[in-house]
Amino acid sequence: MGAAETPPPGLMLQISGLTKRYATGDLALTDVSLTVPDGQVMALIGPSGAGKSTLIRCVNRLVEPTGGKVVLNGDDITALGQGALRRARRRMGMIFQEYALVERLSVMENVLSGRLGYVGFWRSYFRRFPQADITEAFRLLARVGLDHMVDKRADALSGGQRQRVGIVRALMQNPELLLVDEPTASLDPKTSRQIMRLVVELCGERGLAAIINIHDVALAQAFAQRIVGLQGGRIVYDGPPDGLTAEVLTTIYGEEDWSKTMSKVEEDAETEPAV
Amino acid sequence: MPVAVRGGGEKLWMRRTRAGDIVAWFGWLVGVAIVVASFELISQVTIWAFVWDAPAQGADLIGRMFPPRWSYASQLWKPMWDTINMATLGTGLAVLLGVPVAFLAAHNTTPSVVFVRPTAIFVIVFSRSINSLIWALLLVVVFGPGTLAGILSIGLRSIGFIGKLLYEAIEEIDTTQVEAITATGAGRGQVLAWGIVPQIMPAFAGITVFRWDINIREATVLGLVGAGGIGMQLQASINVLAWPQVTVIFALILVTVLASEWLSARVRHAVI
Repeated sequence: MGAAETPPPGLMLQISGLTKRYATGDLALTDVSLTVPDGQVMALIGPSGAGKSTLIRCVNRLVEPTGGKVVLNGDDITALGQGALRRARRRMGMIFQEYALVERLSVMENVLSGRLGYVGFWRSYFRRFPQADITEAFRLLARVGLDHMVDKRADALSGGQRQRVGIVRALMQNPELLLVDEPTASLDPKTSRQIMRLVVELCGERGLAAIINIHDVALAQAFAQRIVGLQGGRIVYDGPPDGLTAEVLTTIYGEEDWSKTMSKVEEDAETEPAV
Repeated sequence: MPVAVRGGGEKLWMRRTRAGDIVAWFGWLVGVAIVVASFELISQVTIWAFVWDAPAQGADLIGRMFPPRWSYASQLWKPMWDTINMATLGTGLAVLLGVPVAFLAAHNTTPSVVFVRPTAIFVIVFSRSINSLIWALLLVVVFGPGTLAGILSIGLRSIGFIGKLLYEAIEEIDTTQVEAITATGAGRGQVLAWGIVPQIMPAFAGITVFRWDINIREATVLGLVGAGGIGMQLQASINVLAWPQVTVIFALILVTVLASEWLSARVRHAVI
């Protein structure tokens, strides 16, 4: 949606000096600055507790940052009031680790929930969504191969199917940016690849920028255009996927024999069939 | 520690240490002593002659209760219908008032932890701490005898029950589903209707039907204090020692409670 009148060309997201201290006193992010250009798929890697989840949640303010600025396509997200924040959240689709579908709602309801920011309370309460939304929902479900599952309840789906519904829900928002939190952490290796490929393809089709939190270094290297490494709430690496040397991985994750990981990455990249 | 090392380096493991064993035995000793002492105390204030006579008295009472006066049932349909209505309307009233109270009391949905939540918790505790029979005693004084007092006393008692169980269910929901709905840009009401309500529906249905089931049973006794329903017939019959009629009332209550139990089990199955 063209909510921003004059977007500075080429810069989807600018994060500057972002800091988050939780009420418990834990400093999750320290002075993080990051710029994501239009259409870039960026992977955010780092050990558990490095602040990856906090970082993407600070972007749509599911977590309130303690300091710093987040600018989405020219609009300062951190300065918005509640109403304006809700309108800004429509522009950022989010995909979750455990899918975060509303388990007891149907696939179609979960998909249409991506339009909640555009539809009034009573219309959404009585499920009277505009036909354009419903048409788009059917189109996207067909795109991810789930158009025969429309009336299934979300808890009747497999992990990979659920994550596809999660992706469609995010796309229904017609977002400019995707925030993806560990999309493959609960999936088997094959499904993980399919989901990552789907996300990257969809970003390509729609020219979407994406920040993808991911544990799996090999997957990050295979699918992202850029890798940012987070360690202890600070950025310790920002560069291309092939710049991840054993030395860099040690800075991000700590001392370990990385030679196996590195060789596995090359194998994966070659044997992966391009479907 | 329960792990000890024997001379040869062999490790021994026991459930408790020696001191722990002594404490446990002492605990049992105190427990048995209390039971024996209590028995003595109760025995001293019991008139044993009555107790030895109890089987004979009981047999005599049962003898007088049979055969039941089945023709009396024709006078019971209306009060039984009143009883069921009291329970149902009272449960409905409790749902109407208890659900908002639950949302105000739950940590994750309350508008204010400082003022609103304690108030809502107080309403719940107040309602729960007074039995419906006592509510009925008070309300019969205020509204006069009849089913209205019965409905209100059942409703007032059930607000706390439904409020408490439902607010606990609200606090136990999966927060990531709520996060996901929030992240779409949904408003507060939409987050409630789309993220929270679907998650608590099974709990809500279970709690409501369970309370309705309890209320059927409670409604049968409210008549004893004049709050309408079959309890009034029960009291009238006991007052004139019409035991064959009491048997019919008991039988009718039993059948009704069985039916409500069956119905609530069916509903709970259907909603999960």
